[in-house]
Amino acid sequence: MAALGELAKLIRSKNAGPFNLTFDVMFDEEETYRRVVASNVLTKEVFCRLYNLAEEKVLLVHHDAARAIKISIPRPVFSCDLEDGDCYGGQQFGPLVNLEVPDP
Amino acid sequence: MEARVLSPCGVIGSGFPESSFERGLSMKPHVIACDGGSTDNGPAFLGAGKPNFSRSATKRDLKLMLQGRESLGVPMIVGSCGTAGGDAGLEWMRDICLEIAREESLSFNLALVHGEQDKAYLKKKYKEGRIQALDPAPPLDEEIIENSAHIVGMMGDEPIARALDEGADVVLTGRASDTSVFACHPVRMGADRGLSWHAAKILECGAACAVHRARPDGCFAWIRDDHFVVEPLNPQMYCTPQSVASHTLYENTDPYRITEPAGVLDTTRSAYSAESERAVRVAGSEFHTAQRYSIKLEGAELVGYQSVIIGGVRDPMILKQLDSWLDGIREGFETRVREIFPDREAPPAYQLTIRVFGRDAVMGTLEPEADRIPHEVGVLFEVTAEDQVSANTMAATLAHFALHYPIPEWGGLISTLAFPFTPAELEKGPVYRFNLNHVVYPDDPYEMFPTETMEVAN
Repeated sequence: MAALGELAKLIRSKNAGPFNLTFDVMFDEEETYRRVVASNVLTKEVFCRLYNLAEEKVLLVHHDAARAIKISIPRPVFSCDLEDGDCYGGQQFGPLVNLEVPDP
Repeated sequence: MEARVLSPCGVIGSGFPESSFERGLSMKPHVIACDGGSTDNGPAFLGAGKPNFSRSATKRDLKLMLQGRESLGVPMIVGSCGTAGGDAGLEWMRDICLEIAREESLSFNLALVHGEQDKAYLKKKYKEGRIQALDPAPPLDEEIIENSAHIVGMMGDEPIARALDEGADVVLTGRASDTSVFACHPVRMGADRGLSWHAAKILECGAACAVHRARPDGCFAWIRDDHFVVEPLNPQMYCTPQSVASHTLYENTDPYRITEPAGVLDTTRSAYSAESERAVRVAGSEFHTAQRYSIKLEGAELVGYQSVIIGGVRDPMILKQLDSWLDGIREGFETRVREIFPDREAPPAYQLTIRVFGRDAVMGTLEPEADRIPHEVGVLFEVTAEDQVSANTMAATLAHFALHYPIPEWGGLISTLAFPFTPAELEKGPVYRFNLNHVVYPDDPYEMFPTETMEVAN
């Protein structure tokens, strides 16, 4: 077992404009990228369970050239609205870091 | 064909090493372009018309760019001036530009392409059904347009190209799509649109496409018939096919489809390969023209004025009933507010936002671990009211009220909050929100973006 955060080169979140959030999980090695994708540790279903969202709101893309898993969601609260706690959306990826990836 | 574009940095005012910029100039760009704005910093910049970067930092970058432009005799473009790209930001940048021209004895034809939108025009478009909501979008009606502090339209490459066609050497623009500032001149030179827009998407963030961007720095692109090449300006930085491919991910919802006013950049078929140890070649990017030309709107409206209180809680007794304790404060304070404005028939309207750091302040409803009881939390109380005096008055009372708000377990007066400051309340000033995520369908790409030209002679 290894944590997703140990296998990824970078896990980040960011605004994609003030109304959407996007998450990038990027890998250095092709093999590691393939391993994580094949493990199904990070799927739409897993993401929705973790973030308490409905699946139809979630876009998940495997970007092979970037060796990245990318997830985009509408913001539950628009950027910088009174109830928003993360104007840049930069700290929303936290729950992904400790997802456990089984050994290949 | 070859169109060469120099991007000194991701945003003007963030800085770049002079050596990098000089290296970029030595590669003989056809245009020097730089982005000046973003919505990323929040609605306060559009709302208040204030820039994110300082005047002196911006002036330093602009001066080098103007001098570089002069030495090569090529056009220079700065998009989204003053962060939000409203009229205030454009005028701010214009004044800096004119000041540099005077001090450095520079002469050029200057064009200012406005991005701020006329409310009457937008209300008319709204009535005609030519404003459409994107998903997700806040609600829209004519009153919301009227109540906006400022609204800008995000221009495409066409109004900038027209300014260049009409002889401008330096083009400063209001809100423009980050990419149009860079795609404009190559497209004008006849370069392939798919390649130009994809190169622009990479150029607009300066050296962000490099593997390790040690500091804000620049990037260069060669756009040719069937491919383009990108390379960071700083010899100590390098791009890889993966780092360049990754860049389409940044701040985009869909990495394969990036929407512009005239259509969509489609990178599904893009192929990335190493051109050298530092440069990357990209081929296969496509641009699909949209059926209708659309301009994205950005608007900000004033929500109110804030005063805030930061406090810490370490008492395990309070922590195990934190929500009910905070609910009690919220309800009790509502009663208390009525007492502190005796001269008014009704107390001023206010909104109290309470965030609990250490629990779910960062992620809100997205937080999966909100049920855990932490050993200490930071509590941020925000009072938002219609004027600053009311916000300050209420926050001062709230600080005292919350400090001694009881729980049943303790008998006697308690002090519940650790304040790091005195006075505990901080005046935060006006607060804005983004109130538009909509597109307009104009009659043509120019009507929303009037251009002023002036001959700068020194």
